Amino acid sequence: MNIEPARQFCLKCFIHTAALLLAVAASFAYLSFNPFKFFTSESISQLALYANRFFPPDVHSAFLGKILKAMFETIAISAIATLLATVISLLLAIPAAGKYGKKTKEATRFFFNFLRSVPELVFATILVLAVGLGPFAGTLALTLHTTGVLGRLFGEALENHPKTNAQALLLNGSSGAQSFLYATLPGVTAQFVSYALYRWEMNIRMATVLGFVGAGGLGQMLYYELSLLHEPQAASIIIAMLTLVVLVDYVSNKLRRVQMHNQG
Amino acid sequence: MGHTTHGSTRDYTHDPDAKKRFLYFALALIILWPLLQLAEFNPLAFFDRSNWQVMGNFLSQFFPPNIEAGFLQLVFKATVETLAMATAGTALALLIAVPLGLAMTFSLSISRLGPADGHGVRKFVRSIARLLMVVLRGIPEIVWALLFVRVFGLGAVAGVTAISITYGGMLAKVYAEILESSNSQVSRALILAGSGRVGAFLYGLLPGSAQELASYTVYRWEAAVRASVIMGFVGAGGLGQLMDQSMKMLNGSEVSTILIVFLVLVLFADSLSWYVRRELA
Repeated sequence: MNIEPARQFCLKCFIHTAALLLAVAASFAYLSFNPFKFFTSESISQLALYANRFFPPDVHSAFLGKILKAMFETIAISAIATLLATVISLLLAIPAAGKYGKKTKEATRFFFNFLRSVPELVFATILVLAVGLGPFAGTLALTLHTTGVLGRLFGEALENHPKTNAQALLLNGSSGAQSFLYATLPGVTAQFVSYALYRWEMNIRMATVLGFVGAGGLGQMLYYELSLLHEPQAASIIIAMLTLVVLVDYVSNKLRRVQMHNQG
Repeated sequence: MGHTTHGSTRDYTHDPDAKKRFLYFALALIILWPLLQLAEFNPLAFFDRSNWQVMGNFLSQFFPPNIEAGFLQLVFKATVETLAMATAGTALALLIAVPLGLAMTFSLSISRLGPADGHGVRKFVRSIARLLMVVLRGIPEIVWALLFVRVFGLGAVAGVTAISITYGGMLAKVYAEILESSNSQVSRALILAGSGRVGAFLYGLLPGSAQELASYTVYRWEAAVRASVIMGFVGAGGLGQLMDQSMKMLNGSEVSTILIVFLVLVLFADSLSWYVRRELA
């Protein structure tokens, strides 16, 4: 026995689906990219030939040492950038939370939004001009973008944090800085640390590819080896990237589970 | 209680935790030092005269942005190309994600329900699917693009394939997770009653989770728009490739135009995805 009425024909759903299919078809047409002709035996054998050049990966100990150094460089870039961005956004989050009036609040928020919407790679290309090729440019590029993201999050967290504790200290005669350091800050620290760690995770991933524009780390090495057509070396670097990303994923998943467990 | 009223000599103006804090700070510095060395952290490079000149010249050209008709036309074409890359890439990603996600998800696993034939084989297939997914999404899309540019040549094709591979892996993972977290009673009942897995998926799982699946796919499209801009930096077409060219010629006014268009594009993708997801909810 079917008590539910049959589905009515839905004009809106029909139009939406048609528009979606049209957009997809138009995209392929605009790129003159035919997915049906793409998987021909010729192109697949071409791909296989190319992939074959990456095997076996270069595992000479001297080269592996270089990769390990680049891996640490990548981690260093991301760690320092995250740390710097955390400190800067902590300072800027105070005006962004509306401590010094509405105008400064709007101005800092606009600044954060700007930093956030410019991609790291664009910052990196500009900074490579400013401070030269190398990991320092990558560090600064990541710092700028991360400041935009963390600043906004920190500002919102500060604004939403109840002000009662800080007010109690202020009313008892402590200075503004003291009330911030001993009442407001301890209340938001846990949240700030988890935001910063989350950004660090993203930054490690980003730092692996920033090198494509000359900003150091594993990416720069990969770009260099690929330009010299050293595919076996490139393969080892890609495996190192994959290992790093999987490792970070695993550790952060574990940490998140521990944290969730601690919070009940 | 009452220390102060009895005139205790203890000094409450000092931080009781001062020693601990100082130790932590010193420890952090000791860890930080080698990291700073590795990152070649050198703020002095900022004050290098010749660096400043190049950078200053470049940045001063940002105002006013280049709005010549010919250049704007180029930018418009690149913008449409970027959107097309993201859309086509996401569409192809679905071709990878749907079968992989279905193969991976435990909620359609017959061997989880009870003893079944070929338990070992099924488990093996599932772990192969998981491994494949990790490799696909673990390598950043721009690395795939860099590799594909060498096979398919400069242009959007490399970008589309790179997006479809990385996002195929990501979507597969999230699809599997969504299916696992949704109510599986109906699909389990169907499988136990002898229906095939495709039927159990279509009639048991999909109705409950379709909205969430679609919403996440739209969100991925939005991320693909941002990614396709970036991928141009390795020659995979779109706005990024145009920006890369202008950057290499140190043409600041062109870069600032492209940057503005880029910000508008991301905003547009953001709001479109927000609108669609609200409609879906």
